[in-house]
Amino acid sequence: MKILLNNREEEFERDVMTVSQMLELKKFTFRMRIIKINGELISKEKYDFAEIQDGDNVQMLYLMSGG
Amino acid sequence: MKLMRFSEIENHLKKFKVGIAGAGGLGSNCAASLARSGVGTLVIADFDKVELSNISRQFYFIDQVGMMKTTALKENLKRIRPEMNVVIHQTVLTEKNIPSIFRDCHVIVEAFDRADMKQMLVETVQKELTGIPLIVGSGLAGWGNTEILKFRKIDETLYICGDEMSEATDDYPPLAPRVSIVANMQANAVIEILMRKS
Repeated sequence: MKILLNNREEEFERDVMTVSQMLELKKFTFRMRIIKINGELISKEKYDFAEIQDGDNVQMLYLMSGG
Repeated sequence: MKLMRFSEIENHLKKFKVGIAGAGGLGSNCAASLARSGVGTLVIADFDKVELSNISRQFYFIDQVGMMKTTALKENLKRIRPEMNVVIHQTVLTEKNIPSIFRDCHVIVEAFDRADMKQMLVETVQKELTGIPLIVGSGLAGWGNTEILKFRKIDETLYICGDEMSEATDDYPPLAPRVSIVANMQANAVIEILMRKS
């Protein structure tokens, strides 16, 4: 499957994956983030269930302490 | 961009209300720039008092140490622009009160310190205040590295300012220049959004 991840095309060796699986595959380790799939915000409780499919536009931003 | 005199810009910005969630380094400095630019109303929420250590980077003064940040910030903003409206909420922001406090704002600035609070605010605003643009600040600790500070538009309702990597800790504190740069990137984004509105 091919998805758009932060405006860059990324390919994964599977047909569908959950947000948690994508984070694991990409080895994204930052703890605090915001994820939107096709413009819809996915709250952190839903990372294990929310599915990413071929062609999806996934936007991710990292939240760092400090302000 | 439309060419306008400053008096026309002020006149336009005076019609709008901007929410500021947190009155620390990001919130206080962002509020100051919005006040100077002419934004009509600011809705500012914070639960904290001004501490001596805040003076290193936040828009407060030595003689305000011990005051509530919301009260002190209102006082300082009124010294810049006496005619502006400053609505203050001295409270801890939660999923429950965020929607009512910022309901009628045209733009909201996320200016919290802790990453988990930032996440809570972004999730709450995006879910409960659909359509209101939110400007997040993330990644501003340290000094230098100006070239990695960036502004990203995720979509019409979500924008982010900062480097998204420099986490503030006791040994890697935020310093005035970088915090103020990000606070002003946020203020700049607010003005860009408001100037597009009629």
